[in-house]
Amino acid sequence: MDIATSLDAAPDLAMRPTKISIRGVGKVFGDNVALEKVDLDLPENSFTCLLGPSGCGKSTLLNMIAGFLKPSSGQILVDGKEVTAPGADRGVVFQEYALFPWRTALDNVCFGPMLKGKSKSEQRAIAMKHLATVGLAGHEQKYPGNLSGGMKQRVAIARALANDPSVLLMDEPFGALDAQTREVLQEEMLRIWEQDRKTVVFVTHSISEAIFLADRIVVMGTRPGCVKEVVDPQLSHPRERTDADFIALERHLKHLVRAEVQKLGVH
Amino acid sequence: MSGWKKHLPGLAGALFSIAIFLGFWLFISYGNRFWFKWFNPILLPTPMEVLQAGVNSYRSGDLQRDIWASLSRVFQGFALASVAGVFLGVAVGTWKPLERLVEPMVEMLRPIPPLAFLPMMVLWFGIGELSKIAFITYAAFFPIFTTTLEGIKYVDPLLIRAASSLGASRMDMFRHVVLPAALPAIITGLRLGFGLSFFVIVAAEFIAADSGLGYLINDARTFFLVSQMLMGAAVIGIIGFFVNVGLRALEGRLLRWRVSVRA
Repeated sequence: MDIATSLDAAPDLAMRPTKISIRGVGKVFGDNVALEKVDLDLPENSFTCLLGPSGCGKSTLLNMIAGFLKPSSGQILVDGKEVTAPGADRGVVFQEYALFPWRTALDNVCFGPMLKGKSKSEQRAIAMKHLATVGLAGHEQKYPGNLSGGMKQRVAIARALANDPSVLLMDEPFGALDAQTREVLQEEMLRIWEQDRKTVVFVTHSISEAIFLADRIVVMGTRPGCVKEVVDPQLSHPRERTDADFIALERHLKHLVRAEVQKLGVH
Repeated sequence: MSGWKKHLPGLAGALFSIAIFLGFWLFISYGNRFWFKWFNPILLPTPMEVLQAGVNSYRSGDLQRDIWASLSRVFQGFALASVAGVFLGVAVGTWKPLERLVEPMVEMLRPIPPLAFLPMMVLWFGIGELSKIAFITYAAFFPIFTTTLEGIKYVDPLLIRAASSLGASRMDMFRHVVLPAALPAIITGLRLGFGLSFFVIVAAEFIAADSGLGYLINDARTFFLVSQMLMGAAVIGIIGFFVNVGLRALEGRLLRWRVSVRA
């Protein structure tokens, strides 16, 4: 507990205006309570990780912020306006990439600008820029079927960024990737976030991923899904996985998450 | 490798397989005629006799006339079925109330072999072109309709989510996600429908026609011209083969992204 208190509430985070406000949000699927009364304020330009074992409702919460699901109770506000449907202000990156297989990498990234009615040359310029940002210059004309998992997720990130959303929602985006690709993409994600400050909400079940990325970690509990603890790590970037502070926080979070997994009765 | 070179091994294999078939045919027809005499040689003409029947029919102009008659019926009927099948499939797939109304009807009619309706078609539409075109339209409609409907209904929901989070309206969603996602299914349906059109036209021409490849075969039967009967069947096979090659090429072009996955 001592670690959590020492890392609690970074002052600069607390001073920033609230971007996403989650007020008494619950979600019920039939008889199953997926999420119970969640209250959370996420500051502008923050990087929040929702951390917890499967079944804690972290993806459900993300899907409600995205507008794919409606809360059974309470409300979610983005910029003070209630979320009722998906919208271009909230970009989403999925674990399964969700690229349009009939479009090339370039045309996938063009999708958002195209919907906004931009001219072909503008679409192209925006897409080229964002593909370069994610390190995919030279792969513009490839179809998703010809890209590796890591490259697909880079395209998906570029596609979300090309729409210039103020919120970026990421649902276990690196969960399907191998360990090396995963670490490279985590580093790139931080670089992109530092360049192009957005409010990021990032779902993960990897403790070290959460500590590496987030300036706010929301640890979620199970049965029913709820917020168990909010930790704001004050480690300076770039974070080293072998640093004493990193390891101490990791141990603390592991303890919290393990207690939740044991509640489920599966190991 | 590019172009024809890539297909060469496949082409050689195909030619070899056809050569074996012809060799077998040659052996049985000549063998029966001169050595083992199992059955009346008139029942199985040699490949050369069938070719000769084709040449004779071509010289008299009958072959061209019959090919053209069948093809024009198939194309007209297939075109009507494509428009109706794709249009209705899309409408039913996107609008739930219509689906509840139409699907039971289609499911009831679909298991009935289209040939069962052929006599009715002749009664309703006469023995002219109309009955054949209507019959083909009816037969080809079902595979086109059902595959289009499936394609529209089972678009990956994740792609719908992705597009809606990028700001797609209902119209955008239909045009840029649902239709392209359903295109492979629609093309499969069109290919099945075309195959079925060819399948049923011959039967329709057996019953009531004075031209067409089905008529050619049936007419040959009346006069016991076995080589001409086989010639008619061979011509249908050859046309079907080339049409399928063409449709596959078209599919490869439209679904380039899918071909690239296989490569």
